[in-house]
Amino acid sequence: MKRRSIMQYAAVAAALSLGLTACGGASGSSDAKASGTVRVTLANHVWTEGIKAAIPEFEKSSGLKVELTQLGEDQLSDQYNVKLNAGSDEIDVMMYRPLQEGKAFAKNGYLADLTSKVSADASWDWKDYQEGPVKATTADGKVVGVPIITEREVLYYRKDLLQAAGLEVPKTMEELEAAAKAIKAATPDTAGFVARTGKSAAVTQFSSFLYSFGGDFTDASGKSAINSDAAKKAYEYYGGLIKNYGPANVSTDMSWPEAMAIFTQGKAAFYTEADSLYKNATDPAKSKVSDTVGFAALPAGPAGSKPYNIPSWGLAVNQASSNQDNAWKFIQWATSKERTLAAQKAGVPGPRSSVWADPAGTSTYPKDLAEAISASAKNGVGHDRPEVITVGKAREIVGGPIVSSITGADVPAAADAANDDFQKFLDTEKK
Amino acid sequence: MSVLNPPRSAPARSAGRPPGPRANFSAWANRHRKWLFAAPAMIFVGVLIVFPLAWTLFLSLTDSQGSVRAASEFIGLQNYITVLSDVDRFWPAVGRTMSFTGVALACEVVLGMCIALLLWRPFRGEKWVRVAILLPLVATPVAVGMMWRLIFDPNIGFANQLLGLIGIPAQPWLSGQDTALGTTIFMDVWQWTPMVVLILLAGLTSLSEEPDEAARMDGANAFQRFFYITLPLMLPTVIVAILLRGIDALKTFDILYATKGKGGGSFHEVETLNVYAYGLSFDYNQYGLSSAVLILFFMIIIGTMWLLTMRKKAANK
Repeated sequence: MKRRSIMQYAAVAAALSLGLTACGGASGSSDAKASGTVRVTLANHVWTEGIKAAIPEFEKSSGLKVELTQLGEDQLSDQYNVKLNAGSDEIDVMMYRPLQEGKAFAKNGYLADLTSKVSADASWDWKDYQEGPVKATTADGKVVGVPIITEREVLYYRKDLLQAAGLEVPKTMEELEAAAKAIKAATPDTAGFVARTGKSAAVTQFSSFLYSFGGDFTDASGKSAINSDAAKKAYEYYGGLIKNYGPANVSTDMSWPEAMAIFTQGKAAFYTEADSLYKNATDPAKSKVSDTVGFAALPAGPAGSKPYNIPSWGLAVNQASSNQDNAWKFIQWATSKERTLAAQKAGVPGPRSSVWADPAGTSTYPKDLAEAISASAKNGVGHDRPEVITVGKAREIVGGPIVSSITGADVPAAADAANDDFQKFLDTEKK
Repeated sequence: MSVLNPPRSAPARSAGRPPGPRANFSAWANRHRKWLFAAPAMIFVGVLIVFPLAWTLFLSLTDSQGSVRAASEFIGLQNYITVLSDVDRFWPAVGRTMSFTGVALACEVVLGMCIALLLWRPFRGEKWVRVAILLPLVATPVAVGMMWRLIFDPNIGFANQLLGLIGIPAQPWLSGQDTALGTTIFMDVWQWTPMVVLILLAGLTSLSEEPDEAARMDGANAFQRFFYITLPLMLPTVIVAILLRGIDALKTFDILYATKGKGGGSFHEVETLNVYAYGLSFDYNQYGLSSAVLILFFMIIIGTMWLLTMRKKAANK
């Protein structure tokens, strides 16, 4: 009797917790329970700051209420992993990274199909969106997100240091290396070049070097290509710049905040990074070198100047949300031409062609940066990391040789080993 | 089956009138009171411990990945075979977990004992010293990680600038492949030694003075009194401190994640089992594999706990 009672209680407890999980998973996509409150989850980003300030306008015009959750990039990603996995309907609108999570989310059915919604309103104008960003937010022919921010890799440099050394702005990778060498030799406590060094973090910025040397992560048939001659040269070049002309005691964990800090503290002459982060370098409150920063298009490698041109963030609707129509209303407002122009003026490069064509759209940008962006948009490549489902793992694999190169290990051997691993990874993903 | 079911046989207390529902319930509650009072705790254990553990065990036997709601197949012990034969990430992570715990624990107990002995006898300003020693304990581990990360930054960090002042070249601290684990151990020691001090101090103050005084009369010096009298008497307390702090150190995550990020750095230099399992779940979305790592990790913790508890029982005898 006693033993049975314990079992009965345990069964209730288990059934209860299972029931709770089931409740979370059972919510459908119908609008039967549509609510006047739209729950929006956004990342900490300049774009978010702008939209946050404008939300009262939306609430007034639509009569809806917005409940905003704002998180750091990693926390945001972890939240999605937990909540979307549990089929939670607690999120209506979600800011996500199309190239990082897009494929996985679409495959898992987390993102609502927006195809009919984007084409319904001609004045909102889906056709106005640049082709690359649209491709990145489309999965299996269905539109699953609306891009909000685009990015290209550009060269940040110090005008004063170049002038003092009597150097021109480098146009090719060879000139960049020579200039970095000259500046490091002339001012030993200043690095010639800085960039991201973390195995995974560096992959996106390394990608532009890879393309400019004539390589890519995979070849035309979808096989791993990170040990091609071009790729090996690119790994050697990127890592070599940091090893030979980078900051002293360089760590192999730098993502953009650390690398940007070195540049904005006045400790490096050249820095390659996403253009969308330019305000960190030009804002006097954040940068010691705000008045001497210059921008240029990524120097050309043997295959030309081929930076990535990608949508780094997009907005999507949670498939499990019961408030999808209202969620779309929010997205439609947040991505309207007016809002995109306002965001772009505040320093967020947008995905709308009409805004780029409008002189007001680039009026607030440093002139050289606007020129670099427009040049990069023309010959840019639409991805900055391997286009796979488990991007995190792929980045770790293809990033390995970058770190080997920075630490002075045998790069061709590292690239060959990484190539085998990456091919195995691609094979398992296809299964 | 419901908790509120009427009892199968209600006691016939008043003849003639059938008992009302309230009397029924109260009689039922009386008969089942030991279960009723234990129920909240049992539900708590069931929902928060048994169910997640059982679910993790179940996941570890499937090839679940991408989404836990996606169809997955039962693959038996395949995940365990994969994990146990993984010499690139799993075994080094086991090694790091063990060396992190072992070294941190040894430093904390030795340092903690020294500090506790110093604080044992009353002295002037004792209160202030105690507050100062307890400060690291109240800080959030993530904040502690971020703070030390800034201090140990290879180029703009305070630690290297300080070394520069006395003419020592800059050290790689967290950024070096060989030094990163040591640096995180240092942070752990910095933050958690106070807890060991607290436990040991409580043990010291409850010791009887007589054996110590008797030894003093017999002419034993301080070292002899410590090693032959205080330490043996303190052994059960020391083992409690090791037990509590050991389990905590084994599952350290926040300091490591805050300083080196996903994967424990570019060379996985501080990747312990916890960090590895986290990466498998949240970065690679391999829930089956991650669950297998967690179950193995759970077994390691249970095993260690069991060994230490046995030691404590032996010491108490």
